[in-house]
Amino acid sequence: MNSDNRTLPSQDGSFRLTPLEMAGQRRRRDWFAKTIEDITGTLESTVFAEEIAHLPGIWQGVDPRAKVVAAIALILAASLGRTIPTLIALYTLALVIAVAGHIPLDFFVKRVWLFLPFFTGIIALPAIFSIVTPGRALLVIVQQPYLAVTEQGVRTALLLLLRVATSVSFAVILILTTRWASLVGGLRALRVPQAFVLILGMTYRYIFLLLHTANDMFLARKSRVVGRIKGAEERLWIGNSIGVLLGKSYHLSDQVYLAMVSRGFRGEAKALQPLRMQPMDWLWMAVGLLIPIIVLTLGG
Amino acid sequence: MHIPDGYLSPQTCVVMYAAAAPFWYVAAQRVKKLLTGRMIPLIGIFAAFSFVIMMFNVPLPGGTTGHAVGGTLMAIVLGPWATVIGVTIALAVQAIFFGDGGILAFGANSFNMAVVLPFVGYAIYRLLSGTTPLTSSRRVIAAGIAGFVALNAAAFLTAVEFGIQPALFHTADGTPLYGPYGLDVAIPAMMSGHIVIAGPVEGIVTALVMAYLQRANLPILQLAEPNAPRETLVGRVVTGPLWIGLAVLALLSPLGLLAAGTAWGEWGTEELVQLSGSVPQGLEHLSGLWRAPLPDYSLPSAEGPIAYILSAIIGVLIILAVILIVGRLLTRRRSSEQ
Repeated sequence: MNSDNRTLPSQDGSFRLTPLEMAGQRRRRDWFAKTIEDITGTLESTVFAEEIAHLPGIWQGVDPRAKVVAAIALILAASLGRTIPTLIALYTLALVIAVAGHIPLDFFVKRVWLFLPFFTGIIALPAIFSIVTPGRALLVIVQQPYLAVTEQGVRTALLLLLRVATSVSFAVILILTTRWASLVGGLRALRVPQAFVLILGMTYRYIFLLLHTANDMFLARKSRVVGRIKGAEERLWIGNSIGVLLGKSYHLSDQVYLAMVSRGFRGEAKALQPLRMQPMDWLWMAVGLLIPIIVLTLGG
Repeated sequence: MHIPDGYLSPQTCVVMYAAAAPFWYVAAQRVKKLLTGRMIPLIGIFAAFSFVIMMFNVPLPGGTTGHAVGGTLMAIVLGPWATVIGVTIALAVQAIFFGDGGILAFGANSFNMAVVLPFVGYAIYRLLSGTTPLTSSRRVIAAGIAGFVALNAAAFLTAVEFGIQPALFHTADGTPLYGPYGLDVAIPAMMSGHIVIAGPVEGIVTALVMAYLQRANLPILQLAEPNAPRETLVGRVVTGPLWIGLAVLALLSPLGLLAAGTAWGEWGTEELVQLSGSVPQGLEHLSGLWRAPLPDYSLPSAEGPIAYILSAIIGVLIILAVILIVGRLLTRRRSSEQ
């Protein structure tokens, strides 16, 4: 699919529209619409992620084991970096890798930075003032009581923002360029216990089925409701629908187990395509591992 | 509550991985031993379930919404060890695939939400519900309280992990390297939101789902407690402690003899004359309407403390007889309806 001329899902929710909102019938974003939006949005962003993972980029072709190791090493490097220039260098590296991996740059930057103002931004901003971080004053706002923007404070806030942005960037690259199936295979090869990997793969698969079921339940109710409903009644309905979903999940797990047993499952999972590390994969992994070491030897 | 990468120092992350690791190991061993392959789809699909219900926005009074985590609910249904694996998997999907929660911070997130939350929730639920039958309304309240407390316990740990960062990890000039806030800021900031919004949501949802399962899907509640009584059975209700308590109260009641005068507002007509000088006309008229068989708790043929105690025993026996007869009539009617 051509990814250039389509609307990209973004984390601010601008792409998440319910059928009713698309029809322009209802502008007010109530909790109900919000729930349907969340569910639909999760489905959409995941589908899009798999599309990028299928593009022929450098990063996409790398063995998932090498990629997981390199990504963890790079996140570790971001965590070890102690100065602003180091973190800027690492963030630039993330941008370069993203471009090489055919990830649309505006989407990539937006996905990382749109998150930040809401979570990290709110946390980082008060840290620039003297009441939280005392230090050399850059800008005195009030003399009495004393309130100033301090040099140390600005540095703290910048460090936090850059570190979080860089860490998230490396994680997002790994997520966007790796198909889920091969990521799970990669984890297995990295000695993550069999039971965990098996369950992880199953969880991922059934999230989508349960999301669809939940979406159907919400839409079915929405289409039958006219007018406003009291908060207590809404809460009761939510509680009941979670209960229904729980019952369905249990029933489903029964069926899945029987299906597994009838196909010869005896507690052992086998991958269809055994993974083979190519020389390029080793190179990627080595480069990834080298970076936190460089950061450490340069003293952060 | 999902800590992203960058807030915790790598050292803290390593410590938190080490804290979560033994729980992962024991959970994996126990699950392997308990049931061969049956547990794998069960935990897998419940992890997916816990992921999906985090999307359910619950409306709160005042217009805000929050979402439930469902860790306590899962612990009630599957038991705490299976929940450790289930929530860990759900967190892994969120971290790896949806970028919610860091990869280095995964150990910390798992310890808070996949270890502490289910164990605290399960312990409180079992403690409060005791040996009550599965359909008891006490279990609904127990589930609600467990959900509230467990979520706040996890939030508190998260706040502590944030709060120790600036004191432990800063540059030579005092610039914090990771999370900038100390415990004095992190704990109130984190806890206020969780006590007021997230905790109540978790509690309400856990209680509501518990009530739903009691009504509509009792077998699910029997997964973790196969031996618990299903519902209140006549004659199997444990009433021993209640009888002992009643007996103690009855034996203590002669303490009332020590008090001087008459209870306020229970004056007889003679006392009213002494207190106020006259007796209201209507009261005088009505007071003669009923002649008690044991006037003033004394027997017609005896006087003093022995008569008082005797009349107390007669009173207790009459009350017991009435309750037993009414109770018998009510249960007979109920069993004939069934």
